[in-house]
Amino acid sequence: MSVWAAFFAFLIFPGFLFASVAGLLAGWIDRKVTARLQWRVGPPWYQNFIDVAKLFYKETILPKGALPAFFFGMPLLALAGATLATTIVLYSCFYPGNGFVGDFIAIVYLALLPSVALMFGGTASANPLATLGASREMKLILSYELPFILASSVPILKSGYSIRLADILVAQQGRPFIASVSGVLAFLVALLVIQAKLGFVPFDAAEAETEIMAGPYIEYSGKALAMWKLAKAVLTVGLPMLLVSMFWGGLGMTPLGMLAGLGKYVVVLVLVILIKNTNPRVRIDQALRFFWGPVTIMAVVSVVLALLGK
Amino acid sequence: MGLKENILSRSIYVFHASSGSCNNCDIEIIDCLTPRYDIERFGIQLVGSVRHADILLCTGSCNRQSAPRIKKLYEQAPKPCFVVAFGACGCSRGLFKDSYNTTDPLDKIIPVDLYIPGCPPRPEAIIDGIVKLTKKLRGEV
Repeated sequence: MSVWAAFFAFLIFPGFLFASVAGLLAGWIDRKVTARLQWRVGPPWYQNFIDVAKLFYKETILPKGALPAFFFGMPLLALAGATLATTIVLYSCFYPGNGFVGDFIAIVYLALLPSVALMFGGTASANPLATLGASREMKLILSYELPFILASSVPILKSGYSIRLADILVAQQGRPFIASVSGVLAFLVALLVIQAKLGFVPFDAAEAETEIMAGPYIEYSGKALAMWKLAKAVLTVGLPMLLVSMFWGGLGMTPLGMLAGLGKYVVVLVLVILIKNTNPRVRIDQALRFFWGPVTIMAVVSVVLALLGK
Repeated sequence: MGLKENILSRSIYVFHASSGSCNNCDIEIIDCLTPRYDIERFGIQLVGSVRHADILLCTGSCNRQSAPRIKKLYEQAPKPCFVVAFGACGCSRGLFKDSYNTTDPLDKIIPVDLYIPGCPPRPEAIIDGIVKLTKKLRGEV
């Protein structure tokens, strides 16, 4: 892969441009499904595009006492990390057989980058509520990473110790991993983890809008806030798509298979939205107990089952 | 109407600041988000932080305690930010006009762009006010 091809993949397709457009549309699905569940009509499909475009016309404020390099650098780092993770996931989906050895591990690391950036950005903004949100985000990362790594080792085990996403996709060609007991368990664990990674209710204690006023985002305005929104939009594409690739066979290459892949993505997204809309926010200690308790046990069981070949 | 005005008038984030209201206005604001009126159809959302806001919505008569805070909130909001005086108290101090504690009406403290009178204003009145504000944003008034 040449340098230009890599730049094209990162910036245009399937990277930044494609992923952010798809992510803003996914954000619309989120708002629309939420509205329908609440018996409302909901916003038009282009609402999220206008929301982000509007932020570029607004003043970008640097609060007194904030560190400019960290405060403005962290949204860019989050966007870069989210885009890179999403690009690697989508590249293996759209160009089957491509990708480098160990890209699966790189994705697991890169998907963590937006959360870490959020933590640093919040702390750099010199706001007590943002710092509180950042500390909660840190605890949330500590709680969900353990079950996530256990759950993501299930596809590695089932594909015969392959750490390349393309090989994991090839191993699922006949029968996706979700069609087995260990696959279902690991899928459920990973679904709960991406709920927390995306910062959705019930695991949104870090950015609780009604409690600590958007937490680490509290001081962000204008273009910096737009960067956060784009990073979140890109992750909304990347993480459910990672789940679809890990357990559910990814995208097919025929037009019908593409459509089926899109359907799988929407199903995972709507599952996340349904969990979001039917649960109250849990406290951070409850989230920690939940992830280290039942979820980790479920993940360990699925790993053992995968080792036994179930 | 330019692109900027069009975009600004289609995505309105509202920060709701209660400067000592009796809660009736606050309840009516929430009414606008319910299935019957659903103003999210027009891209209007309540946000938690004033840094994200396009509109500072002030309910209640500004008393001595809250007046400096409202001023601070207005200074913290990213511009362009519009101020809406909400309810009889927000518009003119209403019942508390002669109170020792409410020395200035809201529009003497910060510049107000829109008044929505009523005690409390009905959701229909709120939507009417929003339509007027969007017209003002687009330069049609």
